[in-house]
Amino acid sequence: MGDDSVKEAWTYIILDYRIPKALAAVLTGSGLAVAGLMMQTLFKNPLAGPFVLGISSGASLGVAFFILGGSALGLTAVIAPNSWGTIIAASLGSFAVLSVVILVAARVRDAMALLIIGLMFGSLTSAVVSILAYFSPAEELQRYMFWSFGSLGDISWKALGILSVCYFIGLLLALSITKSLNSLLLGDHYAQTLGVSLQKSRFIILIATSILAGSLTAFVGPIAFVGLAVPHLIRQWFTASNHWVLMPACILGGAVLMLLCDIIAQMPWFAFTLPINAITSLIGAPIVIWLLIRKKKLLF
Amino acid sequence: MEKQPSILLNCEQLSVGYVSTSEEKPVVENVNLQLKPGVFTTMVGINGSGKSTLLRSLAGLQKPLAGEIYIDASPLSALRTEEKSKWLSVVLTGQQISKNLSVLELVALGRQPYTNWLGKLSQEDKNHIEQAIEATALEQLRHTACYALSDGQFQRALIARALAQDTPIIMLDEPTTHLDLHHKASIFSLLKNIAHEHNKTILCTTHDIELVLSLCDEMIVIQQNKAQQDTPQNLIESGIFEQLFPNNRIGFDKTSRRFFIK
Repeated sequence: MGDDSVKEAWTYIILDYRIPKALAAVLTGSGLAVAGLMMQTLFKNPLAGPFVLGISSGASLGVAFFILGGSALGLTAVIAPNSWGTIIAASLGSFAVLSVVILVAARVRDAMALLIIGLMFGSLTSAVVSILAYFSPAEELQRYMFWSFGSLGDISWKALGILSVCYFIGLLLALSITKSLNSLLLGDHYAQTLGVSLQKSRFIILIATSILAGSLTAFVGPIAFVGLAVPHLIRQWFTASNHWVLMPACILGGAVLMLLCDIIAQMPWFAFTLPINAITSLIGAPIVIWLLIRKKKLLF
Repeated sequence: MEKQPSILLNCEQLSVGYVSTSEEKPVVENVNLQLKPGVFTTMVGINGSGKSTLLRSLAGLQKPLAGEIYIDASPLSALRTEEKSKWLSVVLTGQQISKNLSVLELVALGRQPYTNWLGKLSQEDKNHIEQAIEATALEQLRHTACYALSDGQFQRALIARALAQDTPIIMLDEPTTHLDLHHKASIFSLLKNIAHEHNKTILCTTHDIELVLSLCDEMIVIQQNKAQQDTPQNLIESGIFEQLFPNNRIGFDKTSRRFFIK
């Protein structure tokens, strides 16, 4: 029997640290996986995902403007991290980038060009962030840097509540267009002749992905590879294309993968925690390479 | 018995083409066509004559530059996407289709216009899917993924999908490209049977003129931005095929119904 203060400490760790962290992992993994699945179907591109298409970069840019921009413009930053402001900035950022990507996608039908555009947005983001950083005071720069490492840890119950609202809105939107996503597997023309309004479904996918990727990125930082790799793993596992199978499976699979990454990041028996973004890349990149080697060709 | 309208799809003074930097580039102009139920119509013309553009416009996938298309006497532009999907199905080339789909899944997607928001298939939907698979002789391949199909099998699966959609009008864009003679002939015979037995309106673009001369009921010949519709026999007699190809390099023999190189 430990004495009461030890017990209290444990209660605090479990209730206010570990449980919110696990829930954040579940929301992040499943939300990004669903966003990735929608992206891959919309762009008919197996390499699409919130990170690859520059949507996470867009969210980063939004946050960079929000955290760093204020002081760069000479205003006093009165913003607490994890506030609604960060979410809105991140969502607007990802919405802006995704809108541009969709506009470009309508013009160039080349899958390769899209990926390059996504990469370019990544470069643009880091360039703009560098410029902002140059004019920013050290502590704000540090805050942005910590945010960009990604962390599931410092999330409060209140923040988790805000995140869940965004998550469920994004998820409901995703579920509302699942049937259209199935039609989109045949390409835009066929989808249209099956009664899918392209404009409407593109818009809903755009909004759902921006909210999911934007709000998640705002809270836990940019998380690489989960959105890209999970839909592929799920397709392999279930050998299915039907989004009514893929969608719930991605929610489950994304959550499980993210929890695993979190356990690894936590480094059991060690006293420190690794940045979660590094772990998802360490696990995600080999998975994508393995899938490519095994299948020779990735299909969406 | 309900009286069938004699004309299901028609267009008046239709111009189709592209708009590039605010300049209209018409490909085919002043088109007047009539498609009837139970009639297998093919559309022929040289490469770049505008067959596919006209077909896409008639299918409502591309805005015409001028004129209007009518389905059952109501303007196509006024129909909602969901309504259109119950009138008209298509088979297109060069689409980005997920090859992960199995034949059955692909054909089942043809039932999307009739299912609820969950996409759940009713018994009637399943019957239509089975009939479409049978009609295209794909029974053995129903669980095969599309990436494992040959070109001809994949083309048949696409046709089956259009059949499952069970629309009065089916439009096909060069469904026999890359197929050998046997598979070309079997697809055209299939289309003819579908038109005649199921009273469907079928429009199909093709380069296999000699083959379809004996198989189709009506033909649309596109030549020098104009479209002309008639029966194959009348078109042969009009001598249009003699001048179909440019530079006078290819002639047409009316009795054997064959092209020859001069």
